[in-house]
Amino acid sequence: MVPGDLRYTKEHEWVRVDGDEAVVGITEFAAHQLGDVVFVELPAVGRSLSQHATFGVVESVKAVSDLFAPVTGEVVAVNDALGGQPELVNSDPYGEGWMLRVRISDAGQLEGLLDAAAYEQLTAEG
Amino acid sequence: MTHTPAGPQPSPLLDRHEELGAKIVDFAGWLMPIQYAGILEEHRATRSAAGLFDLSHMGELLVEGAEAGPALAAALVTDPPSLAVGRAHYSMICAEDGGIIDDLIVYRLGETRFMVVANASNARAVSDALAQRLDGFRAVLDDQSLATGLVAVQGPRSLDILGPLADVDIDAIHYYGIAEGAVAGVPAMIARTGYTGEDGFEVFADVARVHEVWDALLEAGRPHGLVPVGLGARDTLRLEAGMPLYGNELDRSTNPYEAGLGRVVKLGRAGPFTGRQALEKVARDGTSRRLVGLALRGRGIARHGYPVLADGAPTGVVTSGTMSPTLGAAIAMAYVATAQSEPGTMLEVEIRGAPVAAEVVPLPFYKRPA
Repeated sequence: MVPGDLRYTKEHEWVRVDGDEAVVGITEFAAHQLGDVVFVELPAVGRSLSQHATFGVVESVKAVSDLFAPVTGEVVAVNDALGGQPELVNSDPYGEGWMLRVRISDAGQLEGLLDAAAYEQLTAEG
Repeated sequence: MTHTPAGPQPSPLLDRHEELGAKIVDFAGWLMPIQYAGILEEHRATRSAAGLFDLSHMGELLVEGAEAGPALAAALVTDPPSLAVGRAHYSMICAEDGGIIDDLIVYRLGETRFMVVANASNARAVSDALAQRLDGFRAVLDDQSLATGLVAVQGPRSLDILGPLADVDIDAIHYYGIAEGAVAGVPAMIARTGYTGEDGFEVFADVARVHEVWDALLEAGRPHGLVPVGLGARDTLRLEAGMPLYGNELDRSTNPYEAGLGRVVKLGRAGPFTGRQALEKVARDGTSRRLVGLALRGRGIARHGYPVLADGAPTGVVTSGTMSPTLGAAIAMAYVATAQSEPGTMLEVEIRGAPVAAEVVPLPFYKRPA
């Protein structure tokens, strides 16, 4: 089950809208596919992100995967806990495993993201 | 699941792996488990208790006959006739130019009977080269790869788990020794070898009955903390133990001396062997690059293929790298210029375009507690 109150990308990021900010992470499906996450590289606070551009990487024991910005905006916070505990991405992908908080530049972009039902269908198709 | 004849070869234990929920991959033409519960958990269980591995993809080549020993001595860089019956050694088969065709374990099963165990990806190449090199000797090659299943139990509890199931005293088997016996009633060859840096055993059994060995070890091992381990953790375990993987550290364009395996090549013996001339020259002249261990001092994980720099200038390439589950730090093996290969040398690994500090350290990264 994917949380109903979030928006999703086809690249398996999730977005929780909080006023004019967006909290971003990767989905449980993505975390499971990756396996044990052992390293997360995130941008510095203050950096500008463009929708669809890479903003960091997540590495499991075996693989390196790019992270894609779901919306355009400025990074206002990053989850520093992932530096020491990258496994939070696996154990609590929608909570303690969050990655970024972004000030949204264009709220219209949110409309283009998937809702929970559409995302669930995407992952069901494999 | 159905398999076309042209598709990958299913492991004889594939149904077991699927029942255990393993993620299955095509590895070297075989359908094998890459992981079950997770690479970290499997890795840690092998270090702290025991891991059970399906290695049925490995190639088993029997060489038999009055001149089996001399034939292998001429075909390989080691001297198998020097082995006592029931003992084994690490070896390599090289091309005339000294390039490594494969790394091997050679077991002496009898006076005139040897078993050569090759990597799955090279089993055919080794079989072909051996067949050619045995020509003119009174020795025959019998490729038993598809008829032989192989299960390994590795880790500090291995002896306690396998011992009660075996009908021979397995603690009497030396490191790099092999004995014939039975495991769970299945005729088997039991070797004290492995690829994890832990004490452990490898059990060779008929492909038709290897599942009985697997099932018995899994059941007997569970109370000891044994878990099934896939190829993913096998890779992190061998990397911590500083063991080379063919295709990463070793290949046709690499010679044993560059890989730090010059001690394996027995030049002191009489008689020719394939690659001898080229390897004598390398031993005499030295090599321009060396395989080293790297410990990353900055943030990031070095991966296969990443460039290695010395003061910003290219000096080599990473062959294997991971986040070490045991050490909790990023480790790698790399080829670097010989001048930069001394432990303590500070280098950089280029990770996504940015240099990250890395120190040359002695191998292995991990040694099991005595």
